[in-house]
Amino acid sequence: MDDVSLAVAPAEFITILGASGSGKTTTLRLIAGFEQPTTGEVWMEGRPIQHLPPYRRELNTVFQNYALFPHMSVWDNVAYGLKMRRVPKPELVKRVGDALGLVHLDQLARRAPRQLSGGQQQRVALARALVNQPKLLLLDEPLGALDLKLRKEMQLELKQLQSHVGITFLYVTHDQEEALTMSDRIALMRAGRIEQVGTPQEIYDRPASRYVADFIGETNLLSGRLQDLTGQDATVDVEGHLLRAPAPPGLRIGQEVWLSVRPEVLSVLSDGQIPPGHNVIEATADEAIYAGSLIKLRLRLASGTPLVLHAAPTALTVTLGQAVRVGWPRERGVCLVA
Amino acid sequence: MNASRLARDPRVRTLRAALLPVGWLTVFLLVPYVLLLVQSLWRVNEAQVIVREWTLANYVRLFGTPLYPQTLMFSAGIALRVTLLALLLAYPLAYLLAFKVRRYKNLLYMAVIIPLWVSYLVRAYGWKIILGQGGILNGLLVNLGIVDQPLAFLLYSKWAVIIALTHIYTPFTLMPIYAALESIPRSLKEASHDLYAGRMRTFLYVVLPLSLPGVLAGCTFAFVLSMGDFIAPQLLGGNDSALMVSNVVVSLFGVAYNWPLGAAVSVVMLTLVLLLLSLANRLERRFSYQGEEVRAPAPPLPRLAGEGRA
Repeated sequence: MDDVSLAVAPAEFITILGASGSGKTTTLRLIAGFEQPTTGEVWMEGRPIQHLPPYRRELNTVFQNYALFPHMSVWDNVAYGLKMRRVPKPELVKRVGDALGLVHLDQLARRAPRQLSGGQQQRVALARALVNQPKLLLLDEPLGALDLKLRKEMQLELKQLQSHVGITFLYVTHDQEEALTMSDRIALMRAGRIEQVGTPQEIYDRPASRYVADFIGETNLLSGRLQDLTGQDATVDVEGHLLRAPAPPGLRIGQEVWLSVRPEVLSVLSDGQIPPGHNVIEATADEAIYAGSLIKLRLRLASGTPLVLHAAPTALTVTLGQAVRVGWPRERGVCLVA
Repeated sequence: MNASRLARDPRVRTLRAALLPVGWLTVFLLVPYVLLLVQSLWRVNEAQVIVREWTLANYVRLFGTPLYPQTLMFSAGIALRVTLLALLLAYPLAYLLAFKVRRYKNLLYMAVIIPLWVSYLVRAYGWKIILGQGGILNGLLVNLGIVDQPLAFLLYSKWAVIIALTHIYTPFTLMPIYAALESIPRSLKEASHDLYAGRMRTFLYVVLPLSLPGVLAGCTFAFVLSMGDFIAPQLLGGNDSALMVSNVVVSLFGVAYNWPLGAAVSVVMLTLVLLLLSLANRLERRFSYQGEEVRAPAPPLPRLAGEGRA
């Protein structure tokens, strides 16, 4: 891992997103203190903490497999941190009760962890961390072991909980959809480096690299050559079509670039019509896939480059095998280097 | 019901599968114990012939003569010391193997196990060579000028027995402890650190309680095996060996030719060991949280009045 620089604001929900092996869990373990950086520092509230052992750091972790103590009741699990900090008994009892109430587990306090379902164990792990009122909560793929439906429910619940308790959440996941739904900001990691940091919308709409555009959501990537550059406005030659898009600084004319356009930005243009400020490209419709709320239309450019378009089922009238003109507003595409 | 349907009946299949192990246990364990119990209720007459009359005389004599309770206590004392020593040696080593050593882990574990492949007698005799008057230890002590004369009390005393038994039974103590420690997920230690517990308290509240089943199993092995051992005392114990209960049983069955009394002593010993095992079992349950009684799988939901009558 190298060159990971990330500043987290108070009460923020920030997600480290990345494929497996990208270094996101290692980053978390460095912050928690389970691993030591060879170089670099971890700061918290204006003080370096990388020399502190994990038990002296004012943060708590929700582990991927929950790591509940199997020989203790739910109540004792939640009380563990407070006991270790020698919190007086009456306060301890109240705080444990509150924490269990927060995750709706008051009824199950006397159970052993193995008597609980996966979702319930997840909540115990959450309560066990939150009861300590940490300044920072680290969550390592906490929903990874749950089934899809429960995961969706817990995503919303976690987000609500976070804004309710006002604790900074540093959340690690490989699920880009999860990251988009829950986060205030996302840090996308790739091969031990942070590729881009931004709000979900920034990352989705203005990806900083081809990798980010490809990793988050679905996108069409068109390879081309930079033809012209006026200020932030790039003209790219894609297979003979001159397409325009906003460009990042530092591009050189003649350079190989990628044009990223989201499928939902594309639309099929009716004959003769060219809306102002649009790019237009010609393609052949190959296949229409019905996906409930939308239709996924697969197209092909003359060279064979595939293109995907999402449209509302009612808005689409295309005959398969027919040549169509596809357009999108210029500012909705992104010009990217490699 | 025809034969093939009978064969498919799950109850019949369970019974068939159980036949061999249950039969084995009956023939080689249960029957001998019953014979032992029956034997202990007979007596020998003046001509040293076993008389098959029901009597409690053996037990009366056993508890009436100070010798027998004394040997039991003495043996238990030795077994207890062996157990403690084995535990003190085995636990740190098991901890080291499970958590600290990475590269030579298997090699070290093998080093603990390999002595088990060496014949018991060889290991016991080994201590004779080390502890004897002309033995290695005395030779070293004399050569180093620490003592003028070879020490005589090293061999042929209860200390020699304790040392040899500790050596022999420590691997038995180590294995279950190691297995228990090895099965503790590393993330539990991390979770404890994360919740402000340092190394000492993490050990005390997380690692130790979770390893207790292994500790109890290991201690039970060491105690029961060394209490029943009669070869090491015979080889190394000298006069003290006469006080070990297993050696008393051996001599009652051999030289004294009083099988019924020997059987009675054995039955008392067996009862003590069984008591100990059930105690260990109970202790083990005490140390792990069993959870509350759960009748319904789901958490209790708020109920409407009049609902919920089964």
